[in-house]
Amino acid sequence: MKIAVLSGKGGTGKTFVSVNLVNSTENTDYYDCDVEEPNGDLFFQSKLIQELPVKVLLPSFDKEKCNACHECVDACSFNALALIGKDMLLFESICHSCGVCSFVCKQKAISEVPKQTGVIKIGKAGDSKVVTGKLNMGEAIGVPVISGVLDLMDEDRNSIIDCPPGSACSVVESTQKADYCLIVAEPTSFGFHNFKMVEQLARVLKKPFAVVVNKAESKNNIVSSYCKKNKIKVLDTFLFNRKIAQDNSRGEICTSVDDKMKARFISLLDNINDDWQRSLK
Amino acid sequence: MIIAVPVDEMEENSPVCISFGRAPFYLIFDDEEKKFDYFDNNSAFNAQGGAGIKAAQSLVDRNVDIVITFRCGENASKVLNGKAKIYKAEKVNAKMNIEMFIAGNLQLLNKVSPGLHGHSVQGEK
Repeated sequence: MKIAVLSGKGGTGKTFVSVNLVNSTENTDYYDCDVEEPNGDLFFQSKLIQELPVKVLLPSFDKEKCNACHECVDACSFNALALIGKDMLLFESICHSCGVCSFVCKQKAISEVPKQTGVIKIGKAGDSKVVTGKLNMGEAIGVPVISGVLDLMDEDRNSIIDCPPGSACSVVESTQKADYCLIVAEPTSFGFHNFKMVEQLARVLKKPFAVVVNKAESKNNIVSSYCKKNKIKVLDTFLFNRKIAQDNSRGEICTSVDDKMKARFISLLDNINDDWQRSLK
Repeated sequence: MIIAVPVDEMEENSPVCISFGRAPFYLIFDDEEKKFDYFDNNSAFNAQGGAGIKAAQSLVDRNVDIVITFRCGENASKVLNGKAKIYKAEKVNAKMNIEMFIAGNLQLLNKVSPGLHGHSVQGEK
């Protein structure tokens, strides 16, 4: 089973939930798709096995062959190209490496050259594989790194996918291969607002989903009442807890140092599994 | 000399559009023929991203020499760079802005706005 853990707002506890889910069961790997700020491995402290570069293709222009016909500029869906006289201007950070410019060029004046935009680290922690995608600083598009991370998923094992915050392209990419979405929601106005955006996303993507509320002051909160009204399952609610905060700040995995937490995450996994099985029927 | 102004409506007395890239239309004035013309900036107006680049490309393609606008992003200014000079619009209608420019009463736009997503922060080729 592949579970995507998402949130909308950042800092609600995606990594907290993801890391502890992985740590509570056998045969489960961790995939950090939060490529702008991957931090799951701070908890696992995995042993590095392999590092893979992530490369995208960018167009390169042969001025001799170019006849300034303008077709590549018109074909670019992202407006990453401009033609001034006979000079091509490429806006690298806007280019999505789709290759359409070189495809439409009748003069064969455009070639594609690789550029590294990130790195994927594969590590091992206990029996778990820990895969971390890291986008290079200053790069705008994380999707190629995310898709590289997800290509490493093992069909025979369970996968926990720690998604980026928000509900944009990078989150859609991260959830693409998931069987189930677990939304971690923080019951604040901001957290609630972004939770609803991710809820919509899960519905659009037709993924079964449920909610874990984190950093709550009470079991009855803005998120829980909305979920009740809309028949969304809340699988667990983590109240503010000094012990959890302290363990987390020290880089401890709660389920390793606290048996009650471990039991709780095991039952969370069971509930997810049951809910997923039901959704298949 | 060809002068271009982003406008909200297809008429000489239209206000100058507050947006450079996502202006619905452009007013074009040919200084020699003393003639007003317009073009529909539809393709940039509806672009998901890179609207400024697209609009600037349309201006370069029309051999525009002078652009009068309230603001211009860094990417668009790179496209216009060397081809067209950018002047800061005043809060009067498009036609009056053109008259002010011809009378020498407009200033060069000296502030370029950073890209919405910080796109332009990165070194571009």
